[in-house]
Amino acid sequence: MGAIWVPLTLTLKVALWATAINLVLGVAVAFGLSRWRSHAREVVDSILTLPLVLPPTVLGYYLLVLLGRRGVFGAWLDRLGIELVFTWQGAVIASTLVAFPLVQKAARAAFEAVDPQLESAARVLGLRETAVFFRVSLPLAARGITAGALLAFARALGEFGATLMIAGNLPGRTQTLSVAIYAAVQSGDDTTAGIMVAVVSVTCVVALLLAGWLAPDHLRRSRP
Amino acid sequence: MSVDIAIRKTLRSDDRHFELDVAIASDQRRVVLFGPSGAGKSLTLRAVAGLLTPDSGRVVVDGRVLYDSASRVDVPTRLRDVAYVYQDYALFPHLTVAQNIAFGLDRGWLNPPRRRRDARVQHWLDALELGAIADSYPSRISGGQRQRVALARALATEPRIVVLDEPFAALDPALRGRMRTELLALQERLDLQLMVITHDPADVEALEGHTFEIRDGRAAVVG
Repeated sequence: MGAIWVPLTLTLKVALWATAINLVLGVAVAFGLSRWRSHAREVVDSILTLPLVLPPTVLGYYLLVLLGRRGVFGAWLDRLGIELVFTWQGAVIASTLVAFPLVQKAARAAFEAVDPQLESAARVLGLRETAVFFRVSLPLAARGITAGALLAFARALGEFGATLMIAGNLPGRTQTLSVAIYAAVQSGDDTTAGIMVAVVSVTCVVALLLAGWLAPDHLRRSRP
Repeated sequence: MSVDIAIRKTLRSDDRHFELDVAIASDQRRVVLFGPSGAGKSLTLRAVAGLLTPDSGRVVVDGRVLYDSASRVDVPTRLRDVAYVYQDYALFPHLTVAQNIAFGLDRGWLNPPRRRRDARVQHWLDALELGAIADSYPSRISGGQRQRVALARALATEPRIVVLDEPFAALDPALRGRMRTELLALQERLDLQLMVITHDPADVEALEGHTFEIRDGRAAVVG
């Protein structure tokens, strides 16, 4: 049981952290992009979408170059005593990066669908910009953001390539389910692999079903 | 003078060039801007609310300078004490009727709670006969009710002036007459400063205000 339980809890921990970070980072970037009037906007958007199309191993390579001990930020992090390579925190960074565009894209579309007149109405009623964001823009975009976050969670659960590159395959420390499945198949342990495959599949299906179910009815935009 | 507006604004888009140059001064409590759509009525209202910054001119309401290009005054929208009633009411779809009315009473980061109800909210629910639908969402109520909610939300903040953008256009004809009477009664009872824009001559007749005709971005007094 431990053979499955340990990588399962680690995977959930990594995926939840990655989703939480993206809920803050992805939503903030998406809101900024949706309000930014510049030609550079689409260029920035394309760059931010790269993790969706680049092979995860390429992303993992970039992360190693940046965060590895001799990397650009790695040397600096090393002096602070922070180590990301071959740690579960490194796996969180890999999952966050890979799942980022899913939250950012969904959140940007959701923010752009919010009727600007409602935001104006809130300003006329005396609200500052931050209050307009938390009381009008964010709740009206919540449905789209939730859907994006659940997709990101499902994606983070299955993250393999970038995770393997930066966090490696250390059982009990950085071995997430998808890496454990690969290891189990390699060592001929088909039963364990089969159970883990089932667990990942069911969790992903549940996450996708939740995406459609979570948003309450009154959050659906309705205009007279 | 309760309303003194003189603004210029040039708007350019790819295929359109629009020159707004209106001057409206009135000491009456009901001011009506009448004219066809696209003449600049809404732009004028937006400038009063601070949603549009003119190129030059001034906006003075009840003696308070909201905008003056000469002395570089431009009061932010949220501090203008102007209530804006949108043509399609712009009610917040994620909030109940009571929460919509309470919206401007607390200006913090959180929306008004659904359960606890402020006395001021209750006052407006009663005044506009909205008690029965206080916990409904805007998508579930009728057009006339929506307009009353929009008015209640606007009035709850005790504004200096209420500006209404085509307040009756979204209503069916039978309801339109009733809502005109209701608005007039409310204006007289509370001595509200109103500024209404409309393209409907019947509104002009019913409101009996100081009327300015706006055409091609310019204003002229008609009565």
